[in-house]
Amino acid sequence: MRFGIIVFPGSNCDRDCQYVIEQVIGCGGLSGFTFGEPPMPPHPALGRAEPDPRAPAVMPIWHKEEKLPDVDILILPGGFSYGDYLRTGAIAAYSPIMKAVIEHARAGGVVLGICNGFQILTESGLLPGALLRNKRLKFICKSVWVRVENSKSILTSNFTNGEVISMPIAHAEGNYYIEPAGLQNLIENNQIIFRYCNLHGTLTESANPNGSLDNIAGICNKAGNVFGMMPHPERTGDVWAQPAAPLQHTVDGIRMFLSLLQNPSSFRFSLETA
Amino acid sequence: MGHTKNCDVSDKGSTPHPQQVAGATCHAKVVPPSSRLLSDDEYKKILDLLGREPNSVELAMFSVMWSEHCSYKSSRVHLKRFPTVGERVIFGPGENAGVVDIGNGLVAAFKIESHNHPSFIEPYQGAATGVGGIIRDIFTMGARPIALLNALRFGPLQNPKNRYLMEQVVAGIAGYGNCVGVPTVGGDISFNETYTKNPLVNAFCLGIARREDIVKGAASGIGNPVIYVGSKTGRDGIHGATMASTGLEHSKESRPAVQVGDPFTEKLLLEACLELIGTGCVVGMQDMGAAGLTCATSEMADRGAVGIKIDLAKVPLRESGMTPEEILISESQERMLIVVKKGMEKEAEAVFLKWDLDFSIIGTVTDDGCVTVTNGDIEVARVPADVLTSKAPVYERPLAAPQFQEILTSFSYDSIPLPSSGSYSASLLTLLSSPNLASKEWVYQQFDYMVQTNTVVGPGIGVAILRIKEFDTLLAFTLEGNSAYSLLNPYYSGANAVAGAALRLICTGAKPIGMTNCLNFGNPERPETMWALALSIEGMSDACKAFAIPVVSGNVSLYNETAGFDIYPTPIVGMVGLIESPTHSLAPVFKSEGEIIILIGETLEEMGGSVYLKEIYSQERGSPPLLRLDREKALQQVILRAIELGLLSSARALSPGGIAIALAKSCIHSKMGAEINMDPRKIRPDAALFSESPSRVLVTVNEEKLYTLKALLDAQDIIYSVLGKTGGVSLTIQVGDKMTVNLPIKEMEAAHQTGLSRYFLGEELPPPAPPEIGGES
Repeated sequence: MRFGIIVFPGSNCDRDCQYVIEQVIGCGGLSGFTFGEPPMPPHPALGRAEPDPRAPAVMPIWHKEEKLPDVDILILPGGFSYGDYLRTGAIAAYSPIMKAVIEHARAGGVVLGICNGFQILTESGLLPGALLRNKRLKFICKSVWVRVENSKSILTSNFTNGEVISMPIAHAEGNYYIEPAGLQNLIENNQIIFRYCNLHGTLTESANPNGSLDNIAGICNKAGNVFGMMPHPERTGDVWAQPAAPLQHTVDGIRMFLSLLQNPSSFRFSLETA
Repeated sequence: MGHTKNCDVSDKGSTPHPQQVAGATCHAKVVPPSSRLLSDDEYKKILDLLGREPNSVELAMFSVMWSEHCSYKSSRVHLKRFPTVGERVIFGPGENAGVVDIGNGLVAAFKIESHNHPSFIEPYQGAATGVGGIIRDIFTMGARPIALLNALRFGPLQNPKNRYLMEQVVAGIAGYGNCVGVPTVGGDISFNETYTKNPLVNAFCLGIARREDIVKGAASGIGNPVIYVGSKTGRDGIHGATMASTGLEHSKESRPAVQVGDPFTEKLLLEACLELIGTGCVVGMQDMGAAGLTCATSEMADRGAVGIKIDLAKVPLRESGMTPEEILISESQERMLIVVKKGMEKEAEAVFLKWDLDFSIIGTVTDDGCVTVTNGDIEVARVPADVLTSKAPVYERPLAAPQFQEILTSFSYDSIPLPSSGSYSASLLTLLSSPNLASKEWVYQQFDYMVQTNTVVGPGIGVAILRIKEFDTLLAFTLEGNSAYSLLNPYYSGANAVAGAALRLICTGAKPIGMTNCLNFGNPERPETMWALALSIEGMSDACKAFAIPVVSGNVSLYNETAGFDIYPTPIVGMVGLIESPTHSLAPVFKSEGEIIILIGETLEEMGGSVYLKEIYSQERGSPPLLRLDREKALQQVILRAIELGLLSSARALSPGGIAIALAKSCIHSKMGAEINMDPRKIRPDAALFSESPSRVLVTVNEEKLYTLKALLDAQDIIYSVLGKTGGVSLTIQVGDKMTVNLPIKEMEAAHQTGLSRYFLGEELPPPAPPEIGGES
């Protein structure tokens, strides 16, 4: 399995995603974490080996590239691409690499947009709807509860329907909006993946941190291969990096990456030949 | 040739009197009171050092470089007191940031810096650029910034202007730090009337590098190219350094002197600079902060004992018609000056092109020790670098204790009547909900404190803990400063700040390895201000020496005054600790029910400057707690030992609010109650609950380990008392045979949670509670 992480100018969760995939769910110690250097290329020893869920390779892909390397899953990480200037995600949607990302998605390849990545996906038309300014107009960073609404997706196959999981959010524009007909489509096609809820799984207004329509925290496209979510699964990747520690430890994010790894249809080629 | 004092320069204009300089050299609207730019004596010193009259461009350079902000001319003699060496210290003060060894071939670079004046004038941009500046100070050293903290001081929140300032400052810090992708993991916020017209914004940053990747801010290698990279230069921030060296009476006119931040460019600059260092072509690097290009060129030249020659015609400009003076002293943000190895310009160019950054080779390293400035072919300034920097004037200003000092400290606690036993619960709730002690969640929720996924313990409990990926070590950080103590006794305030920070780190299992400080004081031309500054430094130094904690960096912010009134002296200590084995780290949170709660240390009737007196009786008087360095040191050692032996389940250093607040916070953070029975001995029950005696730690211990812990404490002659047990859903405190506090955790949590946020969430504000004073029967 090969992951590509698109690095836009201003992306700042690219290394966090890389760390989780390489060091936490990967073999460990593949390329070593480096200080003061740009994201590492994948370890040469990995090559294009037979897809092996236990040994994922990660490639940072600079946004000025026009072609994708040989990857199965693309991640658009969080951050402030282009400083959030104009509108969050609006300029990044026109980065040179985005044409290839759109082609990858159209061909059935998996794309996961996290936070700013979700914003870029809605701006580029790969996902419906838009992410507006939070209802209280301020940046919010905290752990929230979300309910898994569709555990049949390749991102959530490790969970059960209605399961309540914890992940952090960190954004100022996460207030999901879509017009009524669009919302109807999302519901009918089972495209809503996560909703903000309270600890007991109830969808309440106070559990909705940013004012998202219908408490929506994450969605996928109709074909089920492009995902966007505001919570950061990579931040619940390993127990050490839990800000709320020592009270709250979760590894729910890991389970999401493992779902992708364990799912045969995550592989681009198996999709194409299917 | 080497250093030469007599840099010959053709004087292009007349030589104005210093009083005229400001008008002659700057845009008229941005000029702060010109009288403070350079004194007559300083002008004479320039004549003496140069051996000639300076021209107008040179005079502009002197006016910024010899400002208090850049030259530290009033504080330098006192700063020498700080211990600055230690076995882990790689660079002490003098570089862009201090650098200490953290093991495994890694080093940490850190510093704290003020941005007070800009934050009052334009709070969002002022605070944002403060964050930007401190981040640049860290990656300038070749270190990747991994943590930001901030110390903020505002006037009371009942005043809408103060709410506005706070809201904007917090938004500015969030807007900048979040975007650059450096987590803001902690801080220290408090409120006092003294900051209404002069809020404080101090930003701390720490970065990590491989030891061999550290870069100095020194130029070297004659003929090496000098590269400018980053944002274009504009007229923003002209005379920012001089503005920061005056009072705030003319704040509105100073608005254009505040810089405007662009965190996106900062992020690109950060990545580009670290990538550039990886190519091996960097000789020296310095950011252009206060005093801009003038400061960067003169400091880099002086540190490297070389000269630098630059051509202003090659500087990327944002607007047309800028004069040489304006280009030289502009404080436009997100700009770096980099000396690279000759012949490696192409490597540098490739990196800057990749990150879409403006850059230009603007000069070369020379051998004459001078900063030489040309505008095309015309030489406009030539000044020996050391004359601008290390030879700047140093003052030994007169010191005198304020006249009111004796009245303030002569206060007797006996004048406060003993409260009725029924009032303690209400007092505790009042303190918990006072903005000084209330939860700061409303603030830190606006900061991304998790990005980079190193945050083990984030904001909210006074100490932040970060992991170092791939290694089994953790770093702990804390900021500390108590201005009420400083007002009453600067020496003990300084000492207490160091001890308090150290003890808080130690309670997590961390060994303090280095310190930085930001000294926020008033007008140094007043002997009372200098008295407080000198004593405060003395107190901090004595504590640092006693605990062997080196001071590796710092910043002094003077002229924190408005309309002739100084702020309370406010030294802020930033301390870094190392946890070498994570299995020995603790959080100040009760672990399980039924554990024994012990107070280690002694409680005296030390109520001077306490939050109890301030919040309940509106008094800021008395003598602050007197720290005994030997006792504090013994306590620190025994706590570390107990943690290493695995004897403790939790440890919390006592801070303002005393035992009662410490217990309440532990209950709130762990959602677990406690049942306490205190022996009042010889002190008043209100002092037993709220006294702020230093050198005290509240620990919890499993009953099985109690014997070993007691033996350890007894062997070291440490005073301790068993207070009670954890468990239940309430905090109950019995003093002697009287039940003084009986509060459900939920009630305390609600008070603590809403104490600050209620001022910002549009809810109706409660009237201030009248003091409840009753005679004890």
